[in-house]
Amino acid sequence: MEFLSAIIAGISLGSIYALIALGYTMVYGIAKMLNFAHGDVIMVGAFMMFIALTKMGLHPILCIIFGTVICTILGVVIEKLAYKPLRKATSLAVLITAIGVSYFLQNSAQLIFGAGSKTFTSLFGSGNISLFDGQIIISHNTIVTICVSVIIMIGLTLFINKTKTGRAMLAVSEDKGAAQLMGINVNKTISITFAIGSALAAIAGALLCSSYPILSPTTGAMPGIKAFTAAVLGGIGSIPGAMIGGILLGVIENISKVYISTQLSDAIVFGILIIILLVKPTGILGKKMNEKV
Amino acid sequence: MKNFKKVLAVVMALALIVTCFAACGKKDTSNDKKDAVLKIGFTGPLTGDNAQYGLAVQYGAQLAIDEINAAGGVNGMKLELLYQDDMADPAAAVTGYSKLIDDGMKVSLGGVTSGACTAFLGEAADDNMFMLTPSATAVEAIQGAYAFRVCFSDPAQGTVSADYIKDNGVAEKVAVIYDSSDAYSSGIYKNFIAEAKVKGLDVVAEESYTKNTKTDFSAQLQSVKNSGADLLFLPIYYNEASLILAQAKTAGLNVKVFGCDGLDGLVSMENFDKTLAENVMLLTPFSTSATDDLTVNFVKNFKAKYSETYLNQFGADAYDAIYILKAAIEKANVTADMDASAICEALKKAMVEITFTGVTGTDITWGADGEPVKKPIAVKIVNGEYVVM
Repeated sequence: MEFLSAIIAGISLGSIYALIALGYTMVYGIAKMLNFAHGDVIMVGAFMMFIALTKMGLHPILCIIFGTVICTILGVVIEKLAYKPLRKATSLAVLITAIGVSYFLQNSAQLIFGAGSKTFTSLFGSGNISLFDGQIIISHNTIVTICVSVIIMIGLTLFINKTKTGRAMLAVSEDKGAAQLMGINVNKTISITFAIGSALAAIAGALLCSSYPILSPTTGAMPGIKAFTAAVLGGIGSIPGAMIGGILLGVIENISKVYISTQLSDAIVFGILIIILLVKPTGILGKKMNEKV
Repeated sequence: MKNFKKVLAVVMALALIVTCFAACGKKDTSNDKKDAVLKIGFTGPLTGDNAQYGLAVQYGAQLAIDEINAAGGVNGMKLELLYQDDMADPAAAVTGYSKLIDDGMKVSLGGVTSGACTAFLGEAADDNMFMLTPSATAVEAIQGAYAFRVCFSDPAQGTVSADYIKDNGVAEKVAVIYDSSDAYSSGIYKNFIAEAKVKGLDVVAEESYTKNTKTDFSAQLQSVKNSGADLLFLPIYYNEASLILAQAKTAGLNVKVFGCDGLDGLVSMENFDKTLAENVMLLTPFSTSATDDLTVNFVKNFKAKYSETYLNQFGADAYDAIYILKAAIEKANVTADMDASAICEALKKAMVEITFTGVTGTDITWGADGEPVKKPIAVKIVNGEYVVM
């Protein structure tokens, strides 16, 4: 029973990592850049929902829509202002810019909302389900998190493979130049990628802060790093890889906490990451890209 | 045109040199008695994860300085607060220290957090710079004859907590959850466990987390539940404590909760469900609901000027730190023409002689080791308010 509840808690945490990892991996796949500001978009989304809920008193569903819309706009604006001028620059310059944007978002949030932590009210109700005479307790948040994540992952996979825009994204990720020659608007495709990634970040923010109800300007930083790890673990650039990587990371983290040691759980998670990357340097589902001459 | 550019360049360069000298000249005269300003500096996390502590110290100290200056200053000197952001990072504290020296700091409040303060201390040793940290609790943060603190040290908190729990029969079986990546938390934890052994207090579960795993506590709480503990000791900061309390409720864990000064600030968290903190006990030197005149005035004036979010023990410690400095400066008869090292020698003698009453304790005295001698107040949270036990 303990094992089962550890697995469920792990999957719940892991699906949030997976949702965030999707944003990292999509942007990397298409724009070939690591968007380190992604974690902070989660925080902005959560703050928007927090304000919508506590200050404007909106219905939880409207709060999520409000936060998602703001984040989508934010993602596109960040791309246009900070990354687009650097499209031809070295990847190191873009990376540093991304870190700069991350600090900018964190510090702006601190100025606007204050440095103190806030308690986030769950957007999905606060009940529990008790199974096997209370041996397993699952909160509504956990159930919602897992369901929403599964729906989003299926939806995203369908979108990428079945729609024209999705296939344009695939084409751009394979070869930007050739895609442009085929009549695909590369800039528009990149913008759409950022929009989708940021919208997912906002939803991840809602799930994260509902399950773990604390909100501060640095809330997004740690899950951001974990999700980035998950994306690398699954193979960066690969969408199913991000999902597998995220859930795997969450489950390993929780199982090692329950069965081995709470002190060592980080060391175990990253130890496993190193072993997987030694065996398969491109990650679990990563493709080996041959340099074209 | 080319010549003109050359001439312009030379003129600009000259102008730069002149302003440099002008600035130097100004710096020299600032030590004159006419200005008579004593600059007090500190580094603290003003941005980033721990910003609420650094900002609380900044506001608390500024409030005290404004009050003192309005009343005419100390020994004919006005006080001025200098601060640098260190984001609780020791390396940044070192850089911040150099900047503060450049800006003319003569007396320091050290660092706000333990790690940064220890780094600050190392730098201060070279200059024989006096240091009175409001809030760095680690033992090594005030090693040296020139360093003092306002708050309790980590060992003192761990020991006092174990004593309190045992002596007052609060609980028999105790579980601990602490942050193993944080010097403050693991310092208290270590001393709590040691004292618990001495006192015969039964510690049935010892769980930890790190700054990278501070979201999901279900595994730790499950282990606490299985251990049959009747009290959960949380030597941690209130951010994580709020999460632990919420998740404990979900997990159906029903035990008493006991914490240290890090839990101070829990009930003032925005939107926090105060029923979660009902009956939480903590040892703290400062309580906003205390009714003595000093505390009432401090709380009123702080709220008038700054956000209530920062009204916590850190702010109170910093407020007291400035008034302690004032008392020591008066006792040692420090004047503006003394250099930092001479001030340090004078203050360190005065510190062990003064007896101070402020918002964080009454009749506080200091030993030569820099540790304050004062009594903590044990409080219980009832209906979102502190009630002295």
